[in-house]
Amino acid sequence: MRTTRRTFVRASLATAAAALLPISLHAQEGSPARRPIPSTREAMPIVGLGTWITFNVGGDPVLRDECADVMAAFFEAGGRMIDSSPMYGSSQPVVGYGLQKLGRPSTLFSAEKVWTSSATAGPTQIEQSRRFWGVPKFDLVQVHNLLAWKAHLQTLFQMKAAGAVRYAGITTSEGRRHDLLEQIMRNEPIDFVQFSYNVVDREAEQRLLPLASERGIAVIINRPFRQGALTHRLKGEPLPEWAIELGVSSWAQLVLKFILSHPAVTIAIPATTRVDHVRENLAAAAGPMPDLAMRERISAYVQAL
Amino acid sequence: MSEWWTYRPENFLLFSPRVYWRMFELHNAALWPLQVLALAAGLIIILLVAWRPRSAARWLALLLAILWIFVGWSFLWNRYATINWAAAYVAPAFAVEGVLLLVSGLLLDGLAFDRRGLAGWTGYFILAFALAGQPLLAPLQGRGWASSEVFGIAPDPTAIVTLGLLLLARGRLLPLLLPIPVLWCLLSGITLRTMGEPQAWALHAALALAAAAGTWTIIRQRGSPQTA
Ligand SMILES: NC(=O)c1ccc[n+]([C@@H]2O[C@H](COP(=O)([O-])OP(=O)(O)OC[C@H]3O[C@@H](n4cnc5c(N)ncnc54)[C@H](OP(=O)(O)O)[C@@H]3O)[C@@H](O)[C@H]2O)c1
Repeated sequence: MRTTRRTFVRASLATAAAALLPISLHAQEGSPARRPIPSTREAMPIVGLGTWITFNVGGDPVLRDECADVMAAFFEAGGRMIDSSPMYGSSQPVVGYGLQKLGRPSTLFSAEKVWTSSATAGPTQIEQSRRFWGVPKFDLVQVHNLLAWKAHLQTLFQMKAAGAVRYAGITTSEGRRHDLLEQIMRNEPIDFVQFSYNVVDREAEQRLLPLASERGIAVIINRPFRQGALTHRLKGEPLPEWAIELGVSSWAQLVLKFILSHPAVTIAIPATTRVDHVRENLAAAAGPMPDLAMRERISAYVQAL
Repeated sequence: MSEWWTYRPENFLLFSPRVYWRMFELHNAALWPLQVLALAAGLIIILLVAWRPRSAARWLALLLAILWIFVGWSFLWNRYATINWAAAYVAPAFAVEGVLLLVSGLLLDGLAFDRRGLAGWTGYFILAFALAGQPLLAPLQGRGWASSEVFGIAPDPTAIVTLGLLLLARGRLLPLLLPIPVLWCLLSGITLRTMGEPQAWALHAALALAAAAGTWTIIRQRGSPQTA
């Protein structure tokens, strides 16, 4: 499946219209480009930080400090959004530890999830997560994997109305239940949607990404590296020479730029345990982005390897 | 969820191998020198099975019960559950196994560890592996001694020792004592396999051996002429 020029242009126009801003991703020299969250126009640096597996280090003091170092480098490089979930083992308290150690950076954009099949347990779980992070309130809470989505979305809309959370959203991954997700995107007043999209998993280009633009929903992209399988596979392969014009120095940056250059994408949230990788990922959010032809070239090249 | 078939074991793995093995390192360091006591308990278990002094079965059941409850509490509940929320649901099963051992072996005196023949020898072999072989896997795989899995401290060797002992045992309540160690070996083996750790074979081989020896013994018993 491919983005046709038409769907791409349509998405670009819709995004531009929604934002009333030019699509240009170029920002201040070296700092990550930003895109507006359609529902409020709040500017969001286009690379965030995931915490699935990488931040689940339990009480290990050495690894907790390593995670805090990754967070420090993330904020230093201009990152804002950190994404976690009650499903991710100890990741929430580890994020909380890092935030405390770093003196609670004011630029943080906290993205959490509610993940319980019980409709009534949602608020208690969100409160527990909030305590783990040690934040006064979450910026964004998403219904994780569409679990008990009807009830939890109602909870989130009520919390939003009461000022207890700033944005409401919903997530899926690996192409699961896109039909239902589409239905929710059409019918519910959500601010954010999160799903998987990368250089080899491009199904989202067909309906989800254009729909998000049309409906003014911010898009978070998870599994940009297919949980590391993609970067692992590409390790050892030489970067194509033509990639240099995008200013990339690694495969990770090239495949991230592929994602970030889709006009309907608001932010991608790669996870990492490494300071050099988090810097590399944030750096991919700055500098030139591939155009449609270049995107196809990247995708075709990777798929042919 | 209506799409369970799209999930693979990797989707349920919440942590990296590095975090997993460092957890044993931290656990060993926190409990040191209890490992020495635990290994001594292992040695006592072998001596009790081999020499069968009076009340041996009761002592064996008591020792094993204490260690199951201890591992369930100290490792699964206090440590493993921090990186794997599923462990919080498994920890009570370790306590249940401990209670079952206490009831069947100690209170009801319903166990005798005197089976010999193929099942018995397989039991000894599995016991020896879990007590002496399993702790060597860490250094053999380049992780160093610090993350060694020791009987009575870590769950895998504790479950494997129990499998070996149950092969050496007779008693009506044996079917009650088997499921939890068997299920743990299966589950932990799958976890290790999903992490791409070669030592998953240790758990699955112990299970396969125990199953083969157990089945062979049952077939032989059924086939042998009944005595009046
Ligand atoms: N349903 C949901 O809501 C859902 C589902 C999946 C994911 N998510 C969210 O999305 C986030 C991202 O997805 P993910 O963690 O599954 O996978 P991912 O971000 O695609 O991949 C993470 C892996 O990529 C490697 N990596 C990161 N940066 C790299 C670089 N510059 N060069 C080479 N390797 C690099 C990391 O290894 P190193 O540690 O060595 O850098 C890590 O193993 C998650 O953490 C989570 O927050 C949400």
